[in-house]
Amino acid sequence: MLAALLIVFREVFEAGLIVGIIMAVTAGVAGRGLWVAGGVAAGVLGACVVALFTDGLSQLFGGDGQELFNAGILAFAVVMLTWHNVWMARHGRQLAAELQAAGEAVVSGSKSLAALAIVVAIAVLREGSEVVLFLYGVAAAQGGASWGMVAGGFVGLILGSLVCLATYLGLITIPTRYLFGVTSTLIAFLAAGLAAQAIAFLQQAGILTALDETVWNTSWLLSDSSFLGRALHTLIGYVDQPSAMQLIAYTATLVMIATLMKLFATPVERPQSGPASAKTA
Amino acid sequence: MRMNFMHVRPLAAVLALAGAICVAGAQAQQNGEISISVKDHQFDPAEVHAPANKPLAITVKNLDKVAMEFESGSLRVEKVIPAGGTGVVHVRPLSPGSYEFFDDFHRKTRGHLIVP
Repeated sequence: MLAALLIVFREVFEAGLIVGIIMAVTAGVAGRGLWVAGGVAAGVLGACVVALFTDGLSQLFGGDGQELFNAGILAFAVVMLTWHNVWMARHGRQLAAELQAAGEAVVSGSKSLAALAIVVAIAVLREGSEVVLFLYGVAAAQGGASWGMVAGGFVGLILGSLVCLATYLGLITIPTRYLFGVTSTLIAFLAAGLAAQAIAFLQQAGILTALDETVWNTSWLLSDSSFLGRALHTLIGYVDQPSAMQLIAYTATLVMIATLMKLFATPVERPQSGPASAKTA
Repeated sequence: MRMNFMHVRPLAAVLALAGAICVAGAQAQQNGEISISVKDHQFDPAEVHAPANKPLAITVKNLDKVAMEFESGSLRVEKVIPAGGTGVVHVRPLSPGSYEFFDDFHRKTRGHLIVP
């Protein structure tokens, strides 16, 4: 029972951090509950499918199916998170104005919600498939599911969900005018961490071997298999022994998101810039 | 014309880089190979040795009736090996040291890779 509790808690905790952030990011946007719930449901369904086909998936692409699948969905999540941040940079101000004007106004944020729902689904799918595989293994070993296992899993799920709730409640205490900045930063680091994880999968598959040397080792300070290490790994992609290519991917993702956000930001009204620019041109 | 040329150059650079990475990948294939099996949640052998500074391919055979996840932070690998299945992970050239690996689904199942 304890094993089931621990592993379910650990995986729900990791997915819950991401879901909590996304709930905070979309706070006040009409219909977000449905989108996030849809993302969770799709993720759970996907987790079962992935767990069911682990054998087949592993054998694809000469045994690298699992790595390529993981790298692929992680890259997709990076694109969705980037897109969300860029969208918010473009429409965030208008969104905030609408929210302030009408409280629970119907905001035209559904496109961005879809991107975030996909991120939720991917997070739940990744962590959930491990839960399904593990619990299935326990059940198979025992010759059937036991009440202890079900109870352990249930308690793990509740505790993990509390982390999700705490993340959300913690973030929404941030005053609205800072919330956009904080959540955009969180999402950028989340995306960078996912990009670095995708690199690790490509390295593990032997597809990407360039710049695979370890740049530093901070396992003496904070091991990435410790509780805090795992939380930071989920949130900002902390690893105690990153490779050079991982660091490049991490930095490149941050720079890319920041650049795109700047490029697509709502143009701020530029008073008396006309004559000046005319002169230099 | 000039605009076109400026667009082509970065593309060529990206292709060249991709090519270089593929070549590096192909070269890395034939180096140190290690086999480990798991039975009754024990690695066999629980201590494996590998040459330094050579890319490694570690083959993990899961002889148990339940799935396992072969994982190591220092080796930077994590791979689910289905019940009765086999998986291969690739590891960068390692400097001398001891690298721990474990089954993430059964954390007490642990082993070490020693690079002399």
